[in-house]
Amino acid sequence: MSKFKKKSESSQDIPTAALPDIIFMLLFFFMVTTVMRETEVLVKQDIPRAEQLVKLEKKKLVTYLYVGEPKEPEIFGTESLIQANDAFIAIDGIVQWVNTEKDQLSEVERDQITISLKVDKETKMGIIVDIQTELREANARKIIYATPQKTDDN
Amino acid sequence: MARSKNRGSQEVNAGSMADIAFLLLIFFLVTTQIATNKGLTLLLPPKQDEEEPDQVKQQERNIFKIQVNSLNQLLVEDERLDDPSLIGDMVYDFILNFGKMSDVEKGPTGEKVSDRQTYESLPATMKAYINNKLRSGESSDGPNAAIVSLKADRGSSYEIFIEILDQLNAAYNRVYGERVGLTAEEFRKLNRNDPRDLDLYDRARSGIPKSISIAEPSKVGG
Repeated sequence: MSKFKKKSESSQDIPTAALPDIIFMLLFFFMVTTVMRETEVLVKQDIPRAEQLVKLEKKKLVTYLYVGEPKEPEIFGTESLIQANDAFIAIDGIVQWVNTEKDQLSEVERDQITISLKVDKETKMGIIVDIQTELREANARKIIYATPQKTDDN
Repeated sequence: MARSKNRGSQEVNAGSMADIAFLLLIFFLVTTQIATNKGLTLLLPPKQDEEEPDQVKQQERNIFKIQVNSLNQLLVEDERLDDPSLIGDMVYDFILNFGKMSDVEKGPTGEKVSDRQTYESLPATMKAYINNKLRSGESSDGPNAAIVSLKADRGSSYEIFIEILDQLNAAYNRVYGERVGLTAEEFRKLNRNDPRDLDLYDRARSGIPKSISIAEPSKVGG
């Protein structure tokens, strides 16, 4: 059994001196890629999944509308509401909101604005159709229904 | 010049550096959410002039009607359907029906394509499928004329709407994909910034417009 008792002559330690460097590298990656949430979403967001997703390339042109039941029904009730930026807006405020968002883009890009609708799955279609009508009115015709990718285990 | 003597080690203790970095790393890992700009795109029709509502009469056979009521029940081509996942195949057959091919060239100026040219450009397997199974007089005349109309009641849920829209996109992607010898999946992942992919994409789409119409819902019929 002498074979097993043989001591190896090289050191058994794994050099860990480079560990902080590696961790720092990861840390910097995450620090750079992180975008802090600008808006606090005030509505429920359980978004239905879909398969045939398209990825948008130009992030700058995308603005978001959140639709769903308010998270605080004691204050805002249980009817589905539309949230733009930090506040709830009414249906007839959408045109004005779109125009303000368009003003923030450069002139050539204004017509390419894309509205991303993040809608809770409990929402009724009525409000969605109303939003679409208003967006047509505001000439923001590109919309995207934001959905996560459907997983295969359905 | 007073010279300080070396007393003890001059090294800064860096052993806990990794721990601190780990802590920060975990913080950023948890708070990061890689923004996903993914979803189902849709191009809304332009603003309607109220003076002249577009009264373009479409022939009944060229419209694939999907209706949803407030109980989330489906009516597809005036028949009840319980399983929304069947819509994809039905729409696929509807688009490629080529019931009465026209030679009228349609599409954006510069790239007008007639149904016959579209048909000629299809691969042999698709032509065989069309000739054997489709070409019915009661379905669409050709891809240029085919319109899918989705009418959801105000009380129907968003979830079923997305499911149907997903099916419609799947059907179109399958048509586009098979036309250029790709699967629907591969077609969807084409990178339009790459000129070779863009060429494939344009070739797949020419002559087959994605006409999905979201009709204004009525309040009647609960």
